[in-house]
Amino acid sequence: MTPILDIQNLSKNYGAVQILNDVNVAIDPGEFLVLVGPSGCGKSTLLNCIAGLEPISGGAIRIGGRDMTQVSPKDRDIAMVFQSYALYPTMTVAKNITFGMKVRGVDAATQAQKLAEVARQLQIEPLLNRRPGQLSGGQRQRVAMGRAVVRDPKLFLFDEPLSNLDAKLRVSMRSEIKKLHQNLGATMVYVTHDQIEAMTLATKIVVMKGGVVQQIGSPAEIYNHPANLFVADFMGSPAMNLIPARTRRQGDDVQIEIARAEGALVVRQASYGHDRPADVILGLRPEDIVEAGFRSGATVQAAKCRIDLVEPAGADTYVVSELGGKQVTARLHAETKAQPGAMLDLAFDLAKVSFFAPDTGERLN
Amino acid sequence: MTDYSYPAPTMSPDTRPAPSRYGQTALRWLLFTLLGLFALFYLMPLFVMVTTSLKSLEEIRSGSLVAFPRDVTFEAWRTAWSGACTGIQCEGLRPYFWNSVLLAVPAVLISSFLGAANGYVIAQWNFRGANLIFSAMLFGCFIPFQVVLLPMARMLGLMGLAGTIPGLIFAHVIYGIGFTTLFFRNFYVTIPSDLVKAAKVDGAGFFRIFWSIFLPLSLPIIVVTVIWQFTQIWNDFLFGVSFSQAGTQPITVALNNIVNSTTGIKEYNVDMAAAIIAGLPTLLVYVVAGKYFIRGLTAGSVKGLMQ
Repeated sequence: MTPILDIQNLSKNYGAVQILNDVNVAIDPGEFLVLVGPSGCGKSTLLNCIAGLEPISGGAIRIGGRDMTQVSPKDRDIAMVFQSYALYPTMTVAKNITFGMKVRGVDAATQAQKLAEVARQLQIEPLLNRRPGQLSGGQRQRVAMGRAVVRDPKLFLFDEPLSNLDAKLRVSMRSEIKKLHQNLGATMVYVTHDQIEAMTLATKIVVMKGGVVQQIGSPAEIYNHPANLFVADFMGSPAMNLIPARTRRQGDDVQIEIARAEGALVVRQASYGHDRPADVILGLRPEDIVEAGFRSGATVQAAKCRIDLVEPAGADTYVVSELGGKQVTARLHAETKAQPGAMLDLAFDLAKVSFFAPDTGERLN
Repeated sequence: MTDYSYPAPTMSPDTRPAPSRYGQTALRWLLFTLLGLFALFYLMPLFVMVTTSLKSLEEIRSGSLVAFPRDVTFEAWRTAWSGACTGIQCEGLRPYFWNSVLLAVPAVLISSFLGAANGYVIAQWNFRGANLIFSAMLFGCFIPFQVVLLPMARMLGLMGLAGTIPGLIFAHVIYGIGFTTLFFRNFYVTIPSDLVKAAKVDGAGFFRIFWSIFLPLSLPIIVVTVIWQFTQIWNDFLFGVSFSQAGTQPITVALNNIVNSTTGIKEYNVDMAAAIIAGLPTLLVYVVAGKYFIRGLTAGSVKGLMQ
């Protein structure tokens, strides 16, 4: 199967400043690709390069197997939804949606038919004669999506489309975009800085930092096997606990020592390769540290820890302790009896542990 | 959520000593009286002009300058419009009024349109040197008229436009582009660049985007530019007197000639009527479009025009 979008060795400079460095991404038809990273990581620039709104400095972009590097945006068979919606302020909703068809010289009957179709699909029929200024944020968002859907493109591009909405609307529009993706079976590229949006929407995530791709993978891969410390810290909320530790070999067994005020916490780890360094950073998600007794198995090890902070969050209660000089968050049941200042037996599920090299930040296991 | 760590504001409205009711009323009256005096001061010349233009010559000579006319007569207005002498011709202001219309309307339209196009390119199509070009145009706004008189005269001569209305239009368009570009550029800079991107993805080209998207949303700034340019060009005297000849002179030059043609008695009533006639069109433009003028001047700072 030819990938719908194939980016090879793409680079982008503004003068001496390198914005994108050797980006390689390919997606198959029907995939939902999310570009995620902190602001300034180059994700929006990458999207603009895919759209043809920014010239690229090196590499190639193929859409549907065709080299698009020199092709203008209108001939790339794409549609784009912008963060500011970018609706044409003096045109009605209907005119906004049909503007592209009008420019391309589609006949009036087809325009009307497609408009009606899209309006029904996105439930914006009552709004067709209004102007963007008379719409609420969520309605504008729908119209902007309508303008993209009506084009029926090979590739949809979304540039942080939800970041101007309030929290509640954002969640509901997020599901709508997901539904739209399922109903249309379309291929989408979506830019966001919100890792939750990335996790919920994507079939494939690209994590970026400083113009360099850090990891590409399914949401589960990114979440469970982050490729380096940056990805581990960026994806997930609360973030993955990253605990500095020392390892000590005793025959085949390896003991992992975590420094703390009450004396070192020692855990055993059987599967630790011989070529790995003595100093490591141990990565463990908050949900893999639970109250003792709630999880069992060969890989679960319990230890008494002093609880510094208790944060009830409704469904769960987060407790914070200090290990290896770092704040470590554990996710406990809502009914936990944990008290700040008291000691509590916590169980660490080491089956899920990630090891990172402290110097390079790369994943070791 | 309330953050109690901030200190409470030290000067809440309640703790301030309340000014007494009478003090407040007196202050208000003082304010309005002062404003009224200023308004009177500003309106005084207009009052004298209007009343003088409605008096007969004998009444002017016998009466006081600020008195109301005893017998209202429009004779002076008729003379000013169609009979007053500018040098040897005695056709009044009428032909020159039309000269000014023929000059101002095209000059305003052309310079405003060019300003819109320039502003659009400079604000929305970033190209190398855009800021340099904009700075050069801004610099053009600050060149005094007198400096360009001779080069412009030479240029109009070379183009074969010396002494013609198209020549004057040309001079005003060139001189106006700096200002009109400034207005439109500052307006378009506030418009998110996503709009151009969206239109590009939709397939619209450079001119299509300008016509279909940018011009329709420019009404406030178009009004500002048109008022500004019309006032400048209609009221201009220096270019008018330098680059015109008998028959192509604009109304400001004709007004000057009427007032300065001394054939015996000085007809103050005719002078005043002529001056009002010459000033009416700009006044009219302000009255008709003034509302948009204020709106346009503050357009950049108002949220909501865009989404």
